[in-house]
Parts: sequence; structure tokens; C-alpha cells
Amino acid sequence: MALKKEELLEAYRRMRTIREFEENIHRENTTGEIPGFLHLYCGQEANAVAVCMQLDDTDYIASNHRGHGHCLAKGADVKGMMLELYGKEDGLCHGRGGSMHIADVSRGILGANGIVGAGAPLATGAALTAKTLGTGGVAVSFQGDGASNEGYVFEAINMAVMWQLPMIFYFENNGYGEFTGHDYVVGSKDIAGRAAAFGLPAVRVDGTDFFEVYEAFGEALKRARAGKGPSVIEAQAVRFYGHFEGDPQAYRSTEELESVREHKDCLKILRQKLIKGKKATTAELDTIDQEAVELINACREAAKAAAFPDPATLMNNTYVSY
Amino acid sequence: MAEMAMRAAINSALVQEMTRDDRVILIGTDIAGGQMGSGGQEDAAGGVLGITKGLLPRFGAARVIDTPIAEMGYMGVAVGAAATGLRPVAELMFMDFIGCCGDMLLNQAAKIRYMFGGKSTCPLVMRTMIGAGANAAAQHSQSLYHWMTAVPGLKVVVPSNAYDAKGLLATAIRDDDPVIFCEHKALYDLPSAKVEVPEDDYTIPFGEANYVTEGSDVTVVALGLMTHIAAGVAAAMAGKGISVEVIDPRTTSPLDEESILESVESTGRLVVVDESAARCGFGHDVVALVADKAFHSLKAPVKLVTPPHCPTPFSPPLEQAWIPSGERVARAILETLGLDRAAIDAALAAA
Repeated sequence: MALKKEELLEAYRRMRTIREFEENIHRENTTGEIPGFLHLYCGQEANAVAVCMQLDDTDYIASNHRGHGHCLAKGADVKGMMLELYGKEDGLCHGRGGSMHIADVSRGILGANGIVGAGAPLATGAALTAKTLGTGGVAVSFQGDGASNEGYVFEAINMAVMWQLPMIFYFENNGYGEFTGHDYVVGSKDIAGRAAAFGLPAVRVDGTDFFEVYEAFGEALKRARAGKGPSVIEAQAVRFYGHFEGDPQAYRSTEELESVREHKDCLKILRQKLIKGKKATTAELDTIDQEAVELINACREAAKAAAFPDPATLMNNTYVSY
Repeated sequence: MAEMAMRAAINSALVQEMTRDDRVILIGTDIAGGQMGSGGQEDAAGGVLGITKGLLPRFGAARVIDTPIAEMGYMGVAVGAAATGLRPVAELMFMDFIGCCGDMLLNQAAKIRYMFGGKSTCPLVMRTMIGAGANAAAQHSQSLYHWMTAVPGLKVVVPSNAYDAKGLLATAIRDDDPVIFCEHKALYDLPSAKVEVPEDDYTIPFGEANYVTEGSDVTVVALGLMTHIAAGVAAAMAGKGISVEVIDPRTTSPLDEESILESVESTGRLVVVDESAARCGFGHDVVALVADKAFHSLKAPVKLVTPPHCPTPFSPPLEQAWIPSGERVARAILETLGLDRAAIDAALAAA
């Protein structure tokens, strides 16, 4: 795989920005200034970035409740994201959606989603549009191991195969659907293998390895762009935090939580590979780290200072016209 | 008798009924706690909000069953089990997810008995969380009990405090019809919903309203969290010599029409406070009932206080503007008493 140095640094920057964004929210959530439910993406950054950096604005993604990383990787404005999380008028969705419904259709983001698995049929619809209108675009749905058991996810895969749509179903198996282990709720314990029965290429990759994801997704993307139909990718990922912020994670041992941060941190792994492969220096990566911290700090302060929506605008956008 | 929060009262009703009848099982996502805890069953979460905590170690994994996130599938399993000898209490984490399991309720559970000529029953309870106020945004804040109320064959419960929750849930589990049991998330720990709850077995019949306050000037009908808002307004009004009767129907299906009509016939004024919907909601049903059967008792036009006809917004100031407020309820009451806008503004400013 011939990724140029600047592409690799950009990948690292996006992953680092997501990590900083999420860690910042984790810290700030204790202040009570961020309303509502929060589901953090820490630990899974390689997946969103390795996928989305191969897409452009004509391609669509549909995300899930754990959606901040997907949106940032796909190019959503960082400050607009932060303002939305704080419920502010100048947020990406004018404070109407918040964390779980954050979207930026101009960047091909069909939104995070509060309904588990809903992104799969929605993205399949985007793939139908792409095929029907001949836009050349593809669509990707991000969903977890939990969503892999939803009926409408199966239904969407079948239709994507039926109609040979430019669609990629990307399952991030982080081991837990909410509080429940995938080894309990996935009967066959094999998401990719089960999906293959629908009649499409389905592979499993290490979701902590940026390069492995990049390559596997690149293959699926090539097929989709060439009109050769949909694919499934199951990435074995890790979730650093709980299902939502505030989840005490009694179902996971302290050893497990420490171990994933120590041994399965995709950001750490990419950093080591870049340095070892002489693709980047420690100083270059440190600079990116510092810039990510400064960017997120600035966005946070802007979000705190920004104005809330005017309650008089409550009904806006319920309809186009009424 | 000890005071109990609604959260504990629901847990207590489940313990009571599971102890009483081995056929009662619980089924739903994370209700046991999935992987359990690092400390084993004792440590298992018992649902995202811990409502079913402690039931797994007490009753075992054969009766407290975790499911995949597959609402249509597990709700269908619960309906099938109910029709064949078990008494499942299925949990739908948020009522907003009803779209993911709708057919099993609308076309299966509700209609099995009727379509089979009365030769079957479906003793299913679906417990589910409703309500705005947690900044949970458009897909985790709805109170869709009015949808279920419109379906013949389903019974629908909306408790407003710990005592009612325990007694009504016990009734729901013993009832041979499918029951949708809607728990407002703000009530689980609300101090005013924390009341004395008997340790002993008791039930509260469906279709029997509770008089939250008795009064003679205006009838206010409210459910769930709205009863607390209405009761707060009634207390404030009492200080000004206005006597407000707050009626909590507790179940929307069956509905205690008699109590509502009797109250309106005595006060001549009606305000309905309802979180369900600005259009075709539960409130509209009550207003239609009164228009149909007690119109000539009315001394003033009926007032309906609901959220506006838009999704629940995320941002706190917008959400607060969306939820029916005490001020809007007070305004509605004063309007039925014939005050004009200036007089209402003055009265509310003085309060």
C-alpha cells in the first residue's frame, strides 16, 4: 500500500483529533455543561479514519449512537460538532440534534443515530440513489456488533446484494452491545461469516490496525466503485469507555480495561508503526498531538461561550412548509 | 410502611410477581446485565437504569433473559410465549423504539385473542420508558402511549408515583390481556413520586382514576409526570382561593370515563395536560369524551396543554420550552375561569 507521508500524517492527525475530542468530552461531562447522553468512540479511531479518508463528499456514511468519530473522520467541522454537543445555536444541527443525532449532509454524513442498526438501511438507500442517479458515489454504514443482530440490518444486506448496490456494511465489533457481550448475543459468534451467507464478500480485520482496515476497505471500495456490488467488513475493535458516559462498566474487569489501553490502542499502534517505518518522526507526531489539543481546547471554549437557540425558533424545520 | 422511589417500587412489583408465579419471566436487552458483573450475577447491571437489578441472582438466567438488540424478534418471542403458557414481562428500553417491534404489538399481541375467536390469551406486559426532560433528544424522549391506546386489544398504563407503579404493575402481570406499561424516566427518582408503598402484596384495578387533589372550580386531567406539574399548580392556586381538582386516570385503556365526567359535571371547567402529542394525542381523547358526554356542564371552553407539534429538541432551553410547563397549566386554568390575558399576566406576575 503506497500511502504518501502527508496522507499518513493526515490519518494520524484525524485519529488524534477524534481522540482529543472524545477525551475532552469525557472530562467536561463531569461539569454538567454537556446535556444528554454521550457515547464515546475512544479506542476505535482507526476504523472511522481508515474508511473515511478514502471517501469524498459525494460518498455517504450513516453512523450510529457512537458517532462523533465517524463524523469527524468524514470531514464534519470540529467546532460545529462541539457546539452541537453543547446544544448551541451555531452547532451543526442548531442544537436540535445533539450528540446522538449529529449530521452534516453537505459532507455526506447521514447522521449519527439513536436507533440501533437504523444506519444500515439508510445508507443502503444512499447507495440506491448513487446507483440510480449515476453519481459514482458509494455508501457506508457504520454499526456495531449489537446492531448486527437487528432484523432490518439483515434486510438491508439482502437488498444491497439483490440490487448490487455500491454499499459497504462496516461492523465495528467492539465486544459489547451496550452492556452485553457479542459472544452471548451473536449466536454463531461470527458476524462476517454470517453475513457472507447473504452472498457478498465478507472479511474480518483487526480494527486496531489502521493499515489492515485501510487495505480491506480499499478492496471493498474498489468493487463498489466498479459496480461489482456490496461488501461486509467486520472489524475487531475495542471500546475504552462504557456504553454511555456514566456507565460504571461492572461487566468488565479492571484488568481488561487497562489491558486494552495498553495493548490495543489503535492510535498508539499507528504512532509506533509510523516511527518504526520511518514515515514520521517523534517530533512531527508530537506537533500534531499539540495542535489537536489546541484545536479542541479552542472549540470547547467557543462552545461554552456560544449562545443557546432562541426558544421562539422551537418549531423551525419540523416541516419544509406547513 | 416505608417510602419508596418509583424505581424501587417497580423492582419490588417484579420480585413480588415472580415469587408468586413461576410462569412470570423477564426478557429484554441488558435487563440481566449481559456479561453480568466482574463479581458475577450479584453485580449484574439490571438494565441501563438498574430497574431490574438483583433479579438475575434471585430468579436465575432462565427467568431473567437478556436478548440481542433485536426488538422485533424478542417482542415476537414474548408474544408467542405469552400465547402458550408463560407470562412474560418484556422490556423495550425506550418507547421510541416501538417502531422496531411495532408489528408484534399491533398485529399480533393485540389481535390474537380476537382473531382466534376468544380461544387464546396473550398475558404479555411490555414495560417501557417514556418522557422528555433528560436532553435525550428526538429519538429517546417520546411518550407514545396514545399510539397504543388507539389499538383495540391493548391495555395501557401510565403510572405517576411509586405506590401506583407497584400496584398497577402487579395488576398488569396478572392480567390476561397484553398491557403496555409506560414509565416516565423523570419519575424513577423524583422526590414527589416517592411515597409510602406497602411491603405486602396489593393490586390497583385498571380503569380507576386517582384524585390527586380534590377541588370544585376546575378539573385538570393529567398523567405520569404531568400530574406532578398539575399538582404543583393546584397547590399554588389553592393559596389564591382557586380550588383545582387534579385527576390522574392512571390507565389510558381502559379509561375511567366516569370519574372524568363526574368531575367536569361538578366543576364545569376542564384543562387537560398531556405530554403525548399536539395532534391526535391522549389529551384530545379526553377532550372529545367531555365534548360528547358532558358538553352542557361546561361553563368555559376546554383548554388542552401539550408540547408543540415538533420533535423533542436536544438543546436544554428548547426542550424546556417544549415540555408543558407549570406556567402554561396555570394560564390555562385562569383562562377557563374567564380571566383575560392582562389579568392572567398580572396574576402570574404576582405569583
